[in-house]
Amino acid sequence: MMEAIQQPWPWYVAGPLIGLTVPVLLLIGNKSFGISSSLRHVCAACIPCRIPFFQYDWKKELWNLLFVFGIFLGGAITVGLLSNPPGFQVDAELLKELSGYGHVDYDNLVPEAIFSWRSLFTLRGFIIMVAGGFLVGFGTRYAGGCTSGHAIMGLSNLQLPSLVATLFFMVGGFIMANLVLPLILSL
Amino acid sequence: MKQQDSPDKSVDARSQDAMCFNQSALKHKWYHNVKYLVVGMLFGIVLVKAEVVNWFRIQEMFRLQSFHMYGVIGTAVVTGIVSVWLIKKFNVKTIYGEPVKIASKTFNKGQIYGGLIFGLGWAMTGACPGPLFAQIGTGSTVVVVTLLSAVVGTWVYGLVREKLPH
Repeated sequence: MMEAIQQPWPWYVAGPLIGLTVPVLLLIGNKSFGISSSLRHVCAACIPCRIPFFQYDWKKELWNLLFVFGIFLGGAITVGLLSNPPGFQVDAELLKELSGYGHVDYDNLVPEAIFSWRSLFTLRGFIIMVAGGFLVGFGTRYAGGCTSGHAIMGLSNLQLPSLVATLFFMVGGFIMANLVLPLILSL
Repeated sequence: MKQQDSPDKSVDARSQDAMCFNQSALKHKWYHNVKYLVVGMLFGIVLVKAEVVNWFRIQEMFRLQSFHMYGVIGTAVVTGIVSVWLIKKFNVKTIYGEPVKIASKTFNKGQIYGGLIFGLGWAMTGACPGPLFAQIGTGSTVVVVTLLSAVVGTWVYGLVREKLPH
């Protein structure tokens, strides 16, 4: 049993479990699944600066902040107790491409060569982590949700605006991964 | 400007452009929120075990090199659709006996422009907001920088939102 848990979980196990978050949150307290709003609540709590968009009672959304703190703990628990065996399969094409940029470490969830404190002070690392993070925060709020709020919760409730948002998430991702990221990685 | 205290105004402001705001009218002690911590923890474990928080898996998805992410998102959506349909069909109540309420979304151009912008960031960082928290938990401490940058991005959106096309 433990051995099975320690293997990476296949999509047909993980996907339904992620989907079940929707009814669980609805049934334990009428909460609509969504994660990017937590970033907004942090703004409302810490840096409202009289911006109307952040002037609301964030304490009523405390559940959302606890939920994301739980995700953080979940990550720590997995590494501590349920960790995948080191090394994993990466598509051969991707491996070849990344090797061309000098990325050869595949033991971590994120490549050390890009995501490390040392790399933060390189142009490439700075763009990917700082500019990338900014786009995630700005874009999700502008779109009114992220993969959880739109692609999972919104589509679960058959919302057309969420389908539009999800399609454009994918369009943006395809453009970045295939056209722009190769340029950034070769910096 | 003083913050409005009336409950309707508060819901109105919080729901603005957000999928997930508190729909419940019930008041609870703070510790009722602990159950969301537990659900978040389980969710975080699934994210890591499924390698959804893995930068390489996101790259494979956007390069059409692996079915994994499509399988995860696809089955998650189908599970969600069936669950919400069942809840509506059988009028399932919450554990507090409240009817389940889900807000409808109205279309605005933000879903196009914002969606594109988020997509660009998603493929760069290999993370959407959920995985950011999970990645930090797994020990990639530098992702704190990405998360803080995302908070700044959200804040800047709030600052300029009146000037943006919606």
